[in-house]
Amino acid sequence: MTLVRVLFYFLSFIAIVSALYAASSKNLVRSIFVFFVTLFSLAGLYVLALADFVAVTQVVIYVGGILVLILFAFMLSGKETLNVLQKQEGKFLNIKKLPAIILAVLFFIVLVNVVFKADVNNLPWVKDAISLKNEVTPTDIMIDNIGVNLMTRYLLPFEAISILLLVALVGSAHLSRKEGKA
Amino acid sequence: MITLTDFLVVSVALFCIGLYMVVSKRNAIQILIGIELILNAAILNLVAFGKYDKVNNSGQIFALFAIVLAAATTAVALAIILNVYRRYKTIDPNEINKLKD
Repeated sequence: MTLVRVLFYFLSFIAIVSALYAASSKNLVRSIFVFFVTLFSLAGLYVLALADFVAVTQVVIYVGGILVLILFAFMLSGKETLNVLQKQEGKFLNIKKLPAIILAVLFFIVLVNVVFKADVNNLPWVKDAISLKNEVTPTDIMIDNIGVNLMTRYLLPFEAISILLLVALVGSAHLSRKEGKA
Repeated sequence: MITLTDFLVVSVALFCIGLYMVVSKRNAIQILIGIELILNAAILNLVAFGKYDKVNNSGQIFALFAIVLAAATTAVALAIILNVYRRYKTIDPNEINKLKD
């Protein structure tokens, strides 16, 4: 039981428990802030998967951008949201939620079975990568390699995604403008 | 050493929680949080497999693309939520049942 394993179990425990709380909470504000905890612990998991740059991006974009956007939407959609929440008081396991719970649990069972049947640790290409030393080790610094690859091998998807981001931002600004003025 | 299976099981759990939120919640913002959870489960898979590709970094780079896509999705979804709230005065998806008023 190394320290890395202990950290992995700790972070994944926090991620799953906080996601469960966000799913079961009646209070929208609480659910948003607990989702914040989930995102942070997922960033920790990315570090443990030796993807530190992705972890930093996760913190900057998700925690800094997306969560603030969600909070804004919550505040701008006003008191009505809270009224909807007051109406559905009751236990977590009430009868209306039962089909959703059954669906999620069945999906979980099937997917876990798939993961164990696929035996991902012994995939041929993973074994090849290990034998060819094509595996990221904890002492490697990947950020310069990511930058070079982004500008050479993955230039086309990079440009496509930048255009898509521009279109999405212009579109959302257009959608959320005041009616009747333009 | 953390194996790939551990990461995959965590991401399966997150995916199922997100699926539960998308199916059962009666609030558009919480459904959006569920979608974000599903996206994060996918990103965790990409990152976990990306460990075995040191030269091309495909896993990590496409994880970055997925994060950017999630940001664009959220911006558009929130603009739509604000518009729906302006028109219907509620963001409960069950009560939004008219295409045009």
